Amino acid sequence: MLAMDYRGPKRVRVTQKPMPEIKHPEDAIVRVTRSCICGSDLHLYNGNVPDTRVGTTFGHEFIGEIVEVGSEVTKVKVGDMVIVPFNIACGRCSFCQQGLFGNCHESNPMATAVGGIFGYSHTAGGFHGGQAEYVRVPYANVGPTVIPPGMDPDDAVLLTDVVPTGYQAAEMAGIQPGDTVVVFGAGPVGIMAARCAWLFGAGRVIVLDHVDYRLEFVKNYAPAEAYNFKTDMQDPVLFIKKQTDWLGADCVIDAVGAEATGDVMQTITGRKTLLQAGSATAVHWAINSVKKGGIVSIVGVYGPTDNLVPIGNVLNKGLTIRANQASVKRLLPRLIEHVKNGVIRPKELITHRIPLEEIADGYRLFSDKLDNCIKPVLTMPSSR
Amino acid sequence: MQKHVIDPKSVPGWGIDADPENDPTYPMKPNRTDIEQAGYSWERPTQQPIDVEVLHSNERPNVSSVFGTASPPMGLSGMIRRWAFRWSENEYNHWLPLILADRVNVVEGVLEDIAHGKFPNIWKEKGYNASWKHDRTSLILRLATFTAVTGGLILWLSSGDDKKKAKRAKHYRGAYYDYDE
Repeated sequence: MLAMDYRGPKRVRVTQKPMPEIKHPEDAIVRVTRSCICGSDLHLYNGNVPDTRVGTTFGHEFIGEIVEVGSEVTKVKVGDMVIVPFNIACGRCSFCQQGLFGNCHESNPMATAVGGIFGYSHTAGGFHGGQAEYVRVPYANVGPTVIPPGMDPDDAVLLTDVVPTGYQAAEMAGIQPGDTVVVFGAGPVGIMAARCAWLFGAGRVIVLDHVDYRLEFVKNYAPAEAYNFKTDMQDPVLFIKKQTDWLGADCVIDAVGAEATGDVMQTITGRKTLLQAGSATAVHWAINSVKKGGIVSIVGVYGPTDNLVPIGNVLNKGLTIRANQASVKRLLPRLIEHVKNGVIRPKELITHRIPLEEIADGYRLFSDKLDNCIKPVLTMPSSR
Repeated sequence: MQKHVIDPKSVPGWGIDADPENDPTYPMKPNRTDIEQAGYSWERPTQQPIDVEVLHSNERPNVSSVFGTASPPMGLSGMIRRWAFRWSENEYNHWLPLILADRVNVVEGVLEDIAHGKFPNIWKEKGYNASWKHDRTSLILRLATFTAVTGGLILWLSSGDDKKKAKRAKHYRGAYYDYDE
């Protein structure tokens, strides 16, 4: 089968790989019909996540058809079209039992701080991902969810990560009716977080980024006030203070993570030299621009080591910081309803369809934000 | 099981102000069961057969019930990874060698390609076709800068070699001359 093949920082290709096999009685094999490149895949692509091994297939956003199941799989069957959450969850450990499906303790032997994630390095379990024609899906009784009849596959594939992560970002921000919410980052997750902030009763939603076409998109899609932190202001924190009667925003969401730009010191130490676990510019700004007693919600992905953040200000301002990988399984029923009712329209984020065979171009396009790319979807040879 | 040095229930006033609603993690724990207070005691799923080498964190006593089998540790990078996994996730000794192993693994990947009679198509793998189509000026600028810097570095190093050789030759000539005298 054809599959994406990581060869080193900013080097990927498509090669023929062996078909995945059932390795565990609760496994399923899925024929992938849609897959995406995620913003967090770029951390892997750029070589910033430790234990990213050559030969691994990336991809944690995918849907497809179940073509084989293990002996203990009872909840899905061959022929089902399923949404596969990006996190691998057993459903039995104490964390899954509490709805923390993004923090499963039985899906990743390599690290205890993160549960298993498809195609996201050995730090996240060493699983091959869904940027391939077929993929092994562990715990098929727990994660895979049958796509409701009539749902557009383009909507369904974005329910694997982008929509739940954006929604949970807003949920964790503890938004109260009338609150001012600031979102750093107008990538797909930031756009979705801005959209979902309204669902929790935000009174005002402000998005900051440095890419004009994305700001233009979020301005209309969310909708939101959208500003370019490189051209519309000198200091984003000061700008937010002025926008909020000098007090700061009630809630601030970091939807950027390790690839942040905007601060030379953070860029050099976080992205160029890897002296810290990615550039912490967005979370730094979030802490400094939220009001005293406010909430910072982090869904931007950082590496496992350390980051330079103003922790003293967290103490002095009495902030609450909430962060997690999205608990996709927990959120799916609610989000499927939102999509069905037209409250959220995920597929409008899709700007590019790229054949799997041209995946290297897809990564470059998305990474360098070429051709006004917001969300690229990979098309599989068998689905064209 | 969680070990109590002091039995909480023996402490006067324990739990009198407990308020389950006052949970800053709500709603991230919608099904709060307090099951985690029983420790690592849940009924584990069937263990996936461990038929490849799996490096597991020393912050857990076992290999998780399922795991990925992509790219088991091999070669020099594998040796570095095995060493890294002797340390906990709390240690730089864990993460920094893994980053080093990743870079070594890239070289191993190129050598493996060549050993299989295939030279990597760097232009294609780096997705330069997309850059050529949508961002040609920047790509040309980047490649020109890279070529200039690399070329300059090579020239500088080789000219340094010439100077050193000339200096060394002069030194020996002088020594020979001195010896002759």
